[in-house]
Amino acid sequence: PQLLLRRRPASAGAFALLARPASSASGGLPPLTTEIHPGIKRGAFSQLTDADVSAFEAIVGGDHVIKDADEVLSYNIDWLRICRGQGQLVLRPKTTEEVSAIVRHCNKRRLAVVPQGGNTGLVGGSVPLFDEIVISTSRMNSLLSIDPVSGVLVAEAGCVLEQLDREAASQGLMMPLDLGAKGSCQIGGNLATNAGGLRLLRYGSLRGTTLGLEAVLPTGQVLDCLTTLRKDNTGYDIKQLLIGSEGTLGIITKAAILCPARPKSVQLAFLGLDSFQAVLDTYRLARRSLGEILSAFEFIDSESMRAVKKNLGLSCPLGEHSFYVLAETSGSNETHDREKLDGFIESVMSMDGCATDGTVAQDAGQFAHLWSLRERIVESLLVDGYEYKYDVSLPLADIYRLVEHMRTRLDGRVIRTAGYGHLGDGNLHLNFTTPKFDAKVLELIEPHVFDWVRDRRGSVSAEHGLGLKKSQYIRHSKADFAVRVMAEVKRLLDPNGIMNPYKVLPDE
Amino acid sequence: YIHIINKADMAASKGLKILVGCKRVIDYAVKVRVKPDRSGVVTEGVKHSMNPFDEIAVEEAVRMKEKKLAGEAVAISVGPPQSQETLRTALAMGIDRAIHVEIPLAQLEKLQPIHVSKLLAKVCESEKPDLVILGKQAIDDDCNQTGQMLAALLDWPQATFASKIEPSQDSKQLRVTREVDGGLETIDVSVPAVVTSDLRLNEPRYATLPNIMKAKKKPLAKMSPDQLGVDLQPRQEVISVEDPPVRKAGAKVESVEDLVGKLREKGLVK
Repeated sequence: PQLLLRRRPASAGAFALLARPASSASGGLPPLTTEIHPGIKRGAFSQLTDADVSAFEAIVGGDHVIKDADEVLSYNIDWLRICRGQGQLVLRPKTTEEVSAIVRHCNKRRLAVVPQGGNTGLVGGSVPLFDEIVISTSRMNSLLSIDPVSGVLVAEAGCVLEQLDREAASQGLMMPLDLGAKGSCQIGGNLATNAGGLRLLRYGSLRGTTLGLEAVLPTGQVLDCLTTLRKDNTGYDIKQLLIGSEGTLGIITKAAILCPARPKSVQLAFLGLDSFQAVLDTYRLARRSLGEILSAFEFIDSESMRAVKKNLGLSCPLGEHSFYVLAETSGSNETHDREKLDGFIESVMSMDGCATDGTVAQDAGQFAHLWSLRERIVESLLVDGYEYKYDVSLPLADIYRLVEHMRTRLDGRVIRTAGYGHLGDGNLHLNFTTPKFDAKVLELIEPHVFDWVRDRRGSVSAEHGLGLKKSQYIRHSKADFAVRVMAEVKRLLDPNGIMNPYKVLPDE
Repeated sequence: YIHIINKADMAASKGLKILVGCKRVIDYAVKVRVKPDRSGVVTEGVKHSMNPFDEIAVEEAVRMKEKKLAGEAVAISVGPPQSQETLRTALAMGIDRAIHVEIPLAQLEKLQPIHVSKLLAKVCESEKPDLVILGKQAIDDDCNQTGQMLAALLDWPQATFASKIEPSQDSKQLRVTREVDGGLETIDVSVPAVVTSDLRLNEPRYATLPNIMKAKKKPLAKMSPDQLGVDLQPRQEVISVEDPPVRKAGAKVESVEDLVGKLREKGLVK
């Protein structure tokens, strides 16, 4: 019966199906990151020698040491194709012991390394800049255990998020996070970047749902904090340092995650609105009428919808509106949830200036299609050519003011200025596109957009992290002393500075 | 190739009255699991929705109304209490009113197309539609029988696997394009008739909010098989339900010589 219905559009999770988007730069390859950032100097690291390569071959086996230039190239380019590093070597260990041996050797020899999971990061944090050695966690992909009673899932860092979610589903559970990259991103990378995603609104961040982890520190020592206990107040919670450290304090090798129960009933309302105030009013209504069953609240502006329709050919069941909202509910009782959703819809329709155009997904196909209109925006913007991505936290009222301000500032210089994001979390995704990389456009955007955010006490990086691209702006959202304390922690755990250099903390 | 069945006139003046069948089935995107006792599949707590071919049938009825070919569209579902939700979806898409023939849970599992077609035939006696549109088959049993049986019981013409429905050239009949193995067949049928919808008939619309709200106020009548005088005695007994055999893993070979060797081993090549 499945075969009879193939015409439904591809669901979210497009990252897995998508071949990497073609770069518009010359010859199809992005420019070397060192050309875009000529100011960054290579650290005082050693050069890779044949003896090093032999040592690695002895640790992981010749088959899992990649030296061939063509193969190594793909590990040097990020998903957005805005970075290209010059790493010469990729290692693919299978066990924590192998990772430990590799890192110990690199620390002794002062060889710089970049831990890499699914390589779906958006700030250039997962690829080399110079000749750092890539340590890929892709082969560390075993699910270690799922406890259906406590909901604790223990997995190796290289497990792909979507696969973990499928395994969790077989036990009536679900992973507590969901993002567009789920078909490719790995749980180790999710933890290292403290990934947010579509359902943070309901299930919280990985800082709360990660019960324990195991990591290899830059000295090669194995840090075992892999507990499955819900409560454990014995000493400093060191795993919190590693979560969100973007691979600069160590390589996460295992994680224990607390999985919520998989909802029996998931409903999705998709609304068309004509002002941002209406979006905010609808959000307030959603929190009041949907309350504890609200599991996602996303907004999309008309420019983003235009990109998805034109560049990917997706169809939108609603007419033209300035804004669109996706409100999702997840609960344990379908009748109860539908009643609540009906109440919400009635209020929305009777509220002044609020949505009169909208739909509720009637089956899984419509559900997937409506979500794809939000999840595939990034992909659709890449079709324009070159994408400048910004991810900020702002007070709700300021969120769209920034988009309008930047749209005016860049008028005529860009193909489009698109604003969308996790409204419920106060998180705006702001993107600009040009046919090719344009340094003048970048100058118009940065640091202006970060200054604007700083002046309103927002975050210059809500969930994407700092990586390479935003490390110089950390003080826009963190006090100087706080940054200095971070540098002390980095020095303590990574005395030779080999672990993912040039990222997160500004160089000084 | 045009095949004229007979020449009764169409009640074109006030538009056709259409009866659309909707079945509540396990959502097509759900991974179906067999019950451990092998008596059937797991339905408890599993997402259900309208049979996709029935969605297409509903959409076609609504479009015919919009084109003024039809005057009234009525949806009918034979099933458990939750079938009401399926009918609400039909109403939200633009159907005028609905009929729910409620089947008690005990008899639900044994319900077959023969029973459903008899129930529908009885309803047709009182509702007197000009056209009955059903999905060509349900995605749970894949029977592809109800439409054909209904036409036989009513002694009405049938046009199954429809990919297009339009008035015939003289506007006295319906011209239906059918998807058949060899390609497409176009026939003219007089009304009243039974048509079953195929995939390419149309793309069903999303139910809009105003219509979802309106649907709550549209009439939904309940009936029982007893009221209709239909006997639901099962004619079949399901002995067991099993998973299809697991596909055996293939083997990879390193070279053409290996491939030829393996093919010879299996006696597939001399």
